[in-house]
Amino acid sequence: MSLNELITLLEAEIHCGQDKMDSEISHVCAGDLMSDILMFSQPHALLLTGLVNIQVVRTAEMLDIAAVVFIRGKKPSEEMLELARRKGIPLLTTNKTMYLSCGLLYEAGLKDIPLPAVKTELK
Amino acid sequence: MKENNPSAKNVTLEYPVKGMDFLAAGEASSNIKHTLQLIGFSPEIIRRAAIAAYEAEMNIVIHANEGVLRTVIKPDKIELVAEDTGPGIPDIDLAMKEGYSTAPDHIREMGFGAGMGLPNIKNCADEFIIDSTPGKGTKLRVVIYNQ
Repeated sequence: MSLNELITLLEAEIHCGQDKMDSEISHVCAGDLMSDILMFSQPHALLLTGLVNIQVVRTAEMLDIAAVVFIRGKKPSEEMLELARRKGIPLLTTNKTMYLSCGLLYEAGLKDIPLPAVKTELK
Repeated sequence: MKENNPSAKNVTLEYPVKGMDFLAAGEASSNIKHTLQLIGFSPEIIRRAAIAAYEAEMNIVIHANEGVLRTVIKPDKIELVAEDTGPGIPDIDLAMKEGYSTAPDHIREMGFGAGMGLPNIKNCADEFIIDSTPGKGTKLRVVIYNQ
């Protein structure tokens, strides 16, 4: 699915990264705990979150996230927009809830990201 | 910040990290990631190094007064060392458990302190050594092989 199609599906608003709307996404990770999100290492995935702070953009940067969608009408701050523009990460907002957003994306065929097997042999 | 010539064989990056500075948190890891991209490591290796660096940097920001994030980049491996003068970790085995966290509520509200940091760093690493003295600080050393 392209980001353009995602915007139609979630009736999302674009805050920055307009030039990236042709990017294709196939996987989604969702959550408000960035420490949990950092366990996912699938490049070019979509990040769906209700958390709004600069560390969301940092997390997206480290994971090579294709775009971030904030749920329930939450809007990024000016400093988040500035960082996201610098790093080329599109930020979007949907008025839909987390549950509905995830449901719509799942129904549209977007995939879950498998968690890596936890290493135990290292110390 | 010290940075030597990227065209040389080994590149050493060193960044001071300040406790509780959440606006700057991630800047060091971002620079490390950018340098690895310039050198031309594979995206998978870069992602593992960036995640490990970022988790380690956030640990310093959350738990310590100050620390340093040092990276030695060689053609065959990336070494990350995070050293801080924080409170130290009394029980490292416990701290390595997924879900165990001593982070206060205001850190959790920021999306951190889920108790996944150290396990996630270990997951990204090929070598992982953590040394800590309560009351003195913590030193974490991680190596990621370029393979």
